[in-house]
Amino acid sequence: MIKNGVTIDQTFAEAFPMRATRIIITAQNAKWALIAATAMTGFATSVIACGCEAGIEREMAPEETPDGRPGVAVLLFAMGGKTLAKQVETRAGQCVLTAPTTALFSGLHDGDPIALGKNLRFFGDGYQISKKIGGRRYWRVPVMDGEFLTEETTGMVSAIGGGNFLILAESQSQALAACEAAIEAMRKIPHVIMPFPGGVVRSGSKVGSKYKALNASTNDAFCPTLKGQTQTELSPEIESVMEIVIDGLTQEDIQKAMRVGIEAVCALGAPAGIRRISAGNYGGKLGPFLFHLQEIMA
Amino acid sequence: MSALTLTLKSPLAQRLDVSSLTFDHLKDLDIAAIKTKLLPLGNRSIPLQELFSVEGQDPSEIVFRGKTHKLDKIGHGMTSGLILIEGDAGSYLGMHMKGGEIRVKGSIDAYGACEMRNGLILIEGDAGDFLGAALPGNKKGMAGGMVHVKGSIGARAGDHMRRGALIVDGDTGDYLGARMTAGTIVVLGRTGRYLGFAMGRGTLLLAQPPQEIPPTFEDCGTHTLGFIPLLLKSFEVLNSPLPQMAERMKRVRRYTGDACGLGKGEILVAAT
Repeated sequence: MIKNGVTIDQTFAEAFPMRATRIIITAQNAKWALIAATAMTGFATSVIACGCEAGIEREMAPEETPDGRPGVAVLLFAMGGKTLAKQVETRAGQCVLTAPTTALFSGLHDGDPIALGKNLRFFGDGYQISKKIGGRRYWRVPVMDGEFLTEETTGMVSAIGGGNFLILAESQSQALAACEAAIEAMRKIPHVIMPFPGGVVRSGSKVGSKYKALNASTNDAFCPTLKGQTQTELSPEIESVMEIVIDGLTQEDIQKAMRVGIEAVCALGAPAGIRRISAGNYGGKLGPFLFHLQEIMA
Repeated sequence: MSALTLTLKSPLAQRLDVSSLTFDHLKDLDIAAIKTKLLPLGNRSIPLQELFSVEGQDPSEIVFRGKTHKLDKIGHGMTSGLILIEGDAGSYLGMHMKGGEIRVKGSIDAYGACEMRNGLILIEGDAGDFLGAALPGNKKGMAGGMVHVKGSIGARAGDHMRRGALIVDGDTGDYLGARMTAGTIVVLGRTGRYLGFAMGRGTLLLAQPPQEIPPTFEDCGTHTLGFIPLLLKSFEVLNSPLPQMAERMKRVRRYTGDACGLGKGEILVAAT
């Protein structure tokens, strides 16, 4: 399949099951909601070493949030429920409870409840106050800037992590420009995050390593400087490859995000130095969810 | 099917316990069985059809008509369904209620919503003493659900209240929220004396300054509290001006007490 001079490989992205939740952070203004959300989703690019993958789903207008203040929706993904619960609690405690004027709400009421402010309330040292409003329990925790309001639990649902596609370009700057265009389009899609810095990964990995201690190592088949040294996937004109990884609540969400992302890349096309779109897969060994590029773009 | 409508044939000389006239008790009965259902009146038991004329068949919606002010225990322990009282109601309305909805066009007597667990009660008139309270000798009052009174209420509302919300558009009597363990009482009108007497926890949110703050409550200053807009927004299901008052009411003067007890209750007075 070729779109605007860009070849879309007949291959698939391979993704795996995760557990996810959505959290809404509100604050006095959008600036502080965003600061808290950015802190909460920091160091959350990959479950390999961060414990969870997290990102800002979107900013929310005051009329969309539970307390009528500007807010930010955050999605967090982990490999299991216990890990997710631990990550949510730790990050909420260190990054949101501490951030001036913030309040914390569940953005998902389906699925299994996990603690949000349930244990953070003990920071109140006995002065915390419970309020059950509209069937949901909230905690008012006295803090130095006033009161920290948090919902007791949030919902945890099954989700999918690791959807991806690779952008193969004639130069590093062209690959990055294409990624930026894709990310801008993909950020408009609900229920997904692109957890890596700026949504882009330059160090895509393969499973395994020559070093026994490592589970993953550089994806040498897509490293342009190794074209003559390894079993390469790259043609001579490719000088740079970048990857976009997508975590989403459902298969459809990831498909939709991949489609708009690839469309944005293809819109730049061959004149902008974009030659191919491919995807990371491990022959079906990694996960049960396969996203075939050509089917998505059909 | 139309609502099961029970119209009193003549004014009652004495009080009538209608606790058995809920959807839970009537759902498995046909209309003939409902008409012959025995109701306790004084020391006698009288078939329902001797007291009420019966129309309609659907017990998930029960309508009481006529001089209904002596009907006690309406909606007692109900878990679902709708009960509509087109006039006044007697005592113990919605006592032990666990779900469903009761709407009263008129006023009610004492002990409305006492020991209520869940559900919604809407009263267009006034309510008597001990609204949402515990029965005498008991220590657990209202523990869930919501009660909205458009008129005024009597004394000792929310006595021993543990959870849920009482919303009063009018005035209240003395001892509002006395011995409260938790829950929320919102009052738009004036309040009586001995506010929050022996209150352990819970919230009294007042739109108007009370005539006095008890000496056993401490002034914690004026604050903007984020939970108040959330709380008032949850009252959107009611025909109340509260949701529109969120901006004004979220800034409050906070008093905590009662220092004679646990002292973790609060009186929040809207800052003017």
